[in-house]
Amino acid sequence: MITLTVNGESRTVDADDSTPLLWILRDHLNLTGTKYGCGMSLCGACTVHLDGQPVRACALPLSTVAGKSITTIEGIGGEQLNPVQTAWLAHDVAQCGYCQSGQIMAASALLQKNANPSDAEIDAAMSGIVCRCGSYQRIREAIHAAAQDMALAGGEL
Amino acid sequence: MNHKQGSKGVSRRGFMLGAGASIGSLLLGVSVAWPVRARVAQPQSTPLNTFLRIDPDNTITLMMNHSEFGNGAYTSLTMMVAEELDAQWDDIKLEAAPTSPEYYSPIFGEYLTAGSITTAGAWIQLRTAGAQARAMFIEAAARDWQAAPGELITRDSSVVWPAGQREARYGELLATIIENDIQPPTEVALKAAADFKILGRARLRQEGRSKVDGSAVFGIDVKLPDMLYGSVARCPVYGGKVARYDDTAALAIAGVVKTKQISAGVAVLAKDYWTAKKGRDALVIEWDEGPNAALSSEGFYQEYRALADQPGMLAEDIGDAKATIAGSDRQLEAVYEMPYLAHATMEPMNATAQVTEDGCEVWVGTQYQSNDQEIVAKLLGLPQEKVVINRTLMGGTFGRRASKTADFTVDAVEAARGEGVPVQVIWSREEDIRGAHYRPLFVHKLRACLDKQGMPLAWHQTAVGQSIMQHTKHDPAYMVSGMDIYSIDGCLQEPFGVFPYGTHYTIPHHRIETHNAPKVGVRPHEWRAVAHTHTGIAYECFLDELAHAGGIDPLALRIRLSKNHPRMQNLLKLLKQKSDWDTPLGENRARGVAARVYSVSPIAQAVEISLHGDGKFSVDRVVCVVDCGFAVNPLNIEAQIQGGIALGLNAVTSGNIDLQAGRVVQSNFHDYTPLRIAQMPKIEVHIIDSDQPPTGVGEQATTPIAPAVANAIFSATGQRIRSFPLAKHGFTLV
Repeated sequence: MITLTVNGESRTVDADDSTPLLWILRDHLNLTGTKYGCGMSLCGACTVHLDGQPVRACALPLSTVAGKSITTIEGIGGEQLNPVQTAWLAHDVAQCGYCQSGQIMAASALLQKNANPSDAEIDAAMSGIVCRCGSYQRIREAIHAAAQDMALAGGEL
Repeated sequence: MNHKQGSKGVSRRGFMLGAGASIGSLLLGVSVAWPVRARVAQPQSTPLNTFLRIDPDNTITLMMNHSEFGNGAYTSLTMMVAEELDAQWDDIKLEAAPTSPEYYSPIFGEYLTAGSITTAGAWIQLRTAGAQARAMFIEAAARDWQAAPGELITRDSSVVWPAGQREARYGELLATIIENDIQPPTEVALKAAADFKILGRARLRQEGRSKVDGSAVFGIDVKLPDMLYGSVARCPVYGGKVARYDDTAALAIAGVVKTKQISAGVAVLAKDYWTAKKGRDALVIEWDEGPNAALSSEGFYQEYRALADQPGMLAEDIGDAKATIAGSDRQLEAVYEMPYLAHATMEPMNATAQVTEDGCEVWVGTQYQSNDQEIVAKLLGLPQEKVVINRTLMGGTFGRRASKTADFTVDAVEAARGEGVPVQVIWSREEDIRGAHYRPLFVHKLRACLDKQGMPLAWHQTAVGQSIMQHTKHDPAYMVSGMDIYSIDGCLQEPFGVFPYGTHYTIPHHRIETHNAPKVGVRPHEWRAVAHTHTGIAYECFLDELAHAGGIDPLALRIRLSKNHPRMQNLLKLLKQKSDWDTPLGENRARGVAARVYSVSPIAQAVEISLHGDGKFSVDRVVCVVDCGFAVNPLNIEAQIQGGIALGLNAVTSGNIDLQAGRVVQSNFHDYTPLRIAQMPKIEVHIIDSDQPPTGVGEQATTPIAPAVANAIFSATGQRIRSFPLAKHGFTLV
């Protein structure tokens, strides 16, 4: 039995402690917004926040997240989308949409650290998240738009 | 599930309810190619020939008969209905239409979303569905109000009588329609383009909200009561079988429920996927590798090169290319080689199945549900209608999810058979990359000669590769005199067989030959833009060679050769202007161009690249011009073009599936490297303003980018690349 905090709620999981956080979220906690893509930290589809930092859930054994706080795509917005999600929607970023949870989690983490990233900074921060549909141009545009919206709102994500 | 209220898309709950209309709903018959049957008076009837349903609360349900995998079908098709029905956008909900013939693609005659023809196929059918429904509401309101139908207008899902100062929501008219047995009219007028309020304007993705809040349900997200997860150990050699296996260690893992042999290998079933995968990795299996264990890509290249020197089956013979080339003193010859490519969709293959004594239910992201249904029915010995396919959203496909063998669906059905509970089989990324449905390896041999002005005079091309269609149920449509014309789409100058278009060029002597290489080792399969992914490179790169040999600017040459194809010629002239083609670039920079016609739509691209030393290069700018007829949703067209370019650029620079000793060398994203954000060029899209019916745009952009980049590499370095990917020659996209 391992206890962790997911989207602000304390959750206790009965699973082998080598199980990657990804499968704990998906199969044990029914949070399917976090996606499986490669299982080797190569594609970023499983990106979540661990104590506020973007991490790859496919490579994090359950044992290493005991007592930690995890935020998934289901936990960042709610009925009111956060500015990153709003920008994603307004720029029609998603095509198939499968990678977009990871993209949005990575972009949210970037904007928390850097309120006004350049294209190069966006490329560096987002390079680990693969989109096979090729939505990258709109991802850049949406991140710039979210940064502007956040600046107007006083920097709140 | 975490399906938020208000989010759209086909929710799991929606598709699990199946096809039955709820009591009190009204089914509106729609017919384009078949007779309308009376069913309006029976709101509980099955939705045969029916696309639309209106509930008393004004919810309009569209039975969506095409798949959504990023292509934008859910949005474009909903726009067609909303336009003609004058419906409020948010009133329309989608439900995945069941697998029955009235929902089959009007073009394919199958339940199949493919070939970049969804928009063209739905254009009349779904607009008619909307217009018929609108006419029924007008008739109902006219009766209720004793008004002349001509005095009534429709807007925002309502009928309005301005003179009588009356207004009714569509849902409020349902009772009148049922009471009076109002029928859909057999003929309705469709709106003129000038009256469009929705079609032709940028529209955000219908299921977009669900794709930013994590609630979108892909096949891998299906959760059912008591469901088990399956992971399959597969023979590393395609076509190999299990000789024997020991599952002692697998069964010792807590959470592993059982192991079982299925056609694809050995499946391990467990309470969660990770446990199933651990169980699978603990299996000890002895394989009978079968006849493919010695095959290699290099062996295929050697075999195909030899075949390319032999006369093939003659697909086209305009003029006398052979004699013209033989008699010319300005001859060119080249061989182009393209490797196997995997689709590598972000969502690996998966499916969920529940098999009962007299039926089977499948949950799967599929492009091709009539085929899935047919194959599963045969497998289980069931009547086809006893197999229910619940279609989910899908995390990419690029053709992979239109499997002719329904391979990933069959895995789930076989794994679930006899279990009494649903089983979800998920392929690991490694299984996905090694999954053996590939863009086939192709060798093209080209010979040509120039006339005295340096213009191409004769062209002789011989294509060698595995046929996608031979020995499939599509054989009769695509095999002509033994030739797979699907595999040479993009080579022929004239329309041929089911392809209503040829290349846009006119070369006086034009000869195309083809060999169907033996179908061994892998399963050749459609990969976004299909044959154009190799014929496009061979044709457009060799044409570039001719341009340079003849001393003619490559874009000017293409404009001149397109003299009999006004749509393409206009497009190329626009490209010249939009790409600043005649403005010189600085040192270590160069341009390349290519143009294609695929699924009727002409498309052309000009790229600008920079060299950064040590083989590193960047694609700085891509200017793309496209003529896809009426632009239904310009926002989606732009996305399709950006996406097509990204996929094609990735393939030409690093895409390679290499077969050695019958095994696929690559396994995951470290050695089958996807395009990353920093490699993404700046793309400018120019859509021709057109009043012609819409034609395809989903695959078109994938093709020109590859030869355009290779041609730019030549311009920049003088090095003509003829075997792909570019990485094979030390070029790295940065």
